[in-house]
Amino acid sequence: MNRLGSVSRGLRAFGAFWWDFIVGDDWRVAVGVVLAFAVTALLAHRGVSAWWVMPVAVLAILAASVLSAARAARRPSADGSAVGG
Amino acid sequence: MGDVLLVLAVFLACAVEATEALTIVLAVGVSRGWRSAVQGVIAGLVLLAVVVVALGPALTYVPLNALRLLVGGLLLVFGLGWLRKAILRASGLKSLHDEEAIYAREVVAARAAGRTGKLFVSDWYAFTLSFKGVVLEGLEVVFIVITFGANQGRIALAALGAALAVGLVTVAGFAVRGPLARVPENQLKFAVGVLLTSFGIFWGAEGAGAQWPGGDAALPVVIVVVLGTALGLTALVRRSGDRQSAPGSALRATS
Repeated sequence: MNRLGSVSRGLRAFGAFWWDFIVGDDWRVAVGVVLAFAVTALLAHRGVSAWWVMPVAVLAILAASVLSAARAARRPSADGSAVGG
Repeated sequence: MGDVLLVLAVFLACAVEATEALTIVLAVGVSRGWRSAVQGVIAGLVLLAVVVVALGPALTYVPLNALRLLVGGLLLVFGLGWLRKAILRASGLKSLHDEEAIYAREVVAARAAGRTGKLFVSDWYAFTLSFKGVVLEGLEVVFIVITFGANQGRIALAALGAALAVGLVTVAGFAVRGPLARVPENQLKFAVGVLLTSFGIFWGAEGAGAQWPGGDAALPVVIVVVLGTALGLTALVRRSGDRQSAPGSALRATS
């Protein structure tokens, strides 16, 4: 039982490490990048010029992520101090 | 042009990560002795080399468009992460990376920890701390070297950029016998974030089937646009912070 528990903990830690390594602080960035790839591929497949999708999408994702983190950092917590994001 | 940017991006990313790893290794070596700390460094470097040797050639078998999609995706998630933190640091919402403070913290923790030996290592704490420092800081660089190198067919060139950075930082660190507090890490991270994000946009779009007007000549334009947007966001966040921070309001650094 103890061995099973330590294996499970090890697997969870391994998964958490790779999630943090690949996805990082904001999972919405990874989702946004995948969606931008999908839209680019769809347009390119239909013969529509699609080079502009990635820059527009990525810069919008960056802006949304930065502004969201900035709002979270400035939001005061219940005890009156500021909250880290 | 592409080769120069490739080496530059790998060199800068590697210099930043090597500076951070050096701080940890120096703190461990100075406070607990060098033998186990160096063993940890060697073990970490061997593990990273194994990852490069195993993954590098394997990536050359991936079809070019799939490779560009994979490489573009990885560079974008890494690059946007670096850039997001760099913008928050530059606008004062996240504490600046301070090697001297980190060094002091690591030295205190290392002196307080107990000493036990395992296998061929006389000080397990020093070994694991050095090993983790090298592996954790180096893993992202390894991925950058592999993805940049495989996509351009220039793994050796990318590895050379990384080796130059590690060599330079190591020599500088042992010359000053302390953390490299003068390395402008926060500015370097901003630059690396811009480069990784730009390459990620460029290769990712190509991998998804898009064609850039002007071909490779579009890459410098993408870099300029990403840099301009990042600087604009920094100014915007800083200005909105100035407006909100009336006397007495507390803004705290994020982790």
